[in-house]
Amino acid sequence: MRVFDPHIHMTSRTTDDYARMATAGVRAVVEPAFWLGQPRTNPGSFTDYFDSLIGWEPYRAAQFGIVHHATIALNPKEANDPRCRPVLDLLPRYLDKDRVVAVGEIGYDSMTPEEDDAFERQLALAVEHDLPALVHTPHRDKANGVRRTMEVVAASGIAPERVAVDHLNEVTVGIVHDSGCWMGFSVYPETKMSPPRMVEVLRRYGPDRVLVNSAADWGVSDPLLTLETGTAMLAAGFSEDDVDRVLWRNPVEFYGQSGRLDLTGAGTGAGRPTFAGSSIKRGGS
Amino acid sequence: MTDPERLRAALRETPRWEWVDTVLTAAGERPETIGRSFVQAGRRAGRAPLPGVPGWTADEATRALLLAALPADRVETEIGDLYRYGDADEKRAVLKALPMLAVGAAGLPLLHDAIRTNDARLLAAALGPYARHLHQAAWRQAVLKCVFMDVPLTAVDGLDERADRELAAMLAAFADERAAAGRLFPADAAALLDRLTREES
Repeated sequence: MRVFDPHIHMTSRTTDDYARMATAGVRAVVEPAFWLGQPRTNPGSFTDYFDSLIGWEPYRAAQFGIVHHATIALNPKEANDPRCRPVLDLLPRYLDKDRVVAVGEIGYDSMTPEEDDAFERQLALAVEHDLPALVHTPHRDKANGVRRTMEVVAASGIAPERVAVDHLNEVTVGIVHDSGCWMGFSVYPETKMSPPRMVEVLRRYGPDRVLVNSAADWGVSDPLLTLETGTAMLAAGFSEDDVDRVLWRNPVEFYGQSGRLDLTGAGTGAGRPTFAGSSIKRGGS
Repeated sequence: MTDPERLRAALRETPRWEWVDTVLTAAGERPETIGRSFVQAGRRAGRAPLPGVPGWTADEATRALLLAALPADRVETEIGDLYRYGDADEKRAVLKALPMLAVGAAGLPLLHDAIRTNDARLLAAALGPYARHLHQAAWRQAVLKCVFMDVPLTAVDGLDERADRELAAMLAAFADERAAAGRLFPADAAALLDRLTREES
């Protein structure tokens, strides 16, 4: 089973995770910019974080044969802090980078006017930079949040097939399914979705436009739940081709729309550090 | 040292030359255009090794020439800015371009930044010809860091000319540590240590 985790916060994970992921079959990841648990208080904290997402983290991942790309944005939670908002003006610099494959995570947390503004401005940036958008949906008041999200997406003029709406569940998937946007599901040990529930959603809606991620971060989460979902799919009678489509080809297709997805080296590490040697060869000097 | 003319001649033979030529001209006439052309060089000029110029890729060469094409009074500000907001490939290109730019020692803080990282690509790029501006103590530490991180010592420009007794002592102590731990000491470092101690005896 080859796996592309389309949403995982590797900054918060250890090298043990990278080794386990590589051994289990995870060959590519996308790390969306989000909040870090501890609120930030200035734009400089964001730029150092963005630098890490396009610098240190892909370097770390490559040591395990895992290809790492990022999405960049001001997340909805911190969009509410006036001290952080100036980072919006710094985003265009990062949205032009080679390994940035979408604008995200954008969307709603508490559905405030500040979040409206940041969401709209960043959807416009996605259009301007010819990038897809990764949209986070709120954990509280989710169904209303998803409906309002879809209205803002529709009004922005971005093509629905260039938008992934994430953290969906049984209650909210239908709204997104009808819109033509991609449907993202985060499989967690306790909250959000579980592998058996994910299988039921796939039975009902099929594998089209479905993205399954671990969204593993600094909370209770597990980077191998994508694979467990694949195993549960097979046990439920889905074919290996279905599993490959959901766990590999779908994320490749979605992020491939950026024109910047480069999967060279995916799956070459087998859990052992290899990058230092090959990187020196690559650059010479 | 690789000079801009050699890079330009090699790039002229690549299929992406037309784009490169356009952005190089623009960088000279409208320096504010370098922000976008510098970041896009990988996608537009390609990342393949540059034929005939060992150690350079097309994107690195394009980025180096972009910096070399800037009006003289803009170079110092732009290298600082492009390095600060650059990804690893962009940072590496700035470091490799430094010896070709008339910036004196102004690029030194970038070298220190690169040597502080644990990114082998940046460390290697920091130890090219421009590293002559590094103080000897910082240079020795950087060489030792290469050994520590398995960066081949061929990355270090002018290694034998600059290596001194102090570096030999540091290498010998590190070799002892590795031996005590039952770990390998890289062959190129052992050879350097051998050369340095032989000269002395």
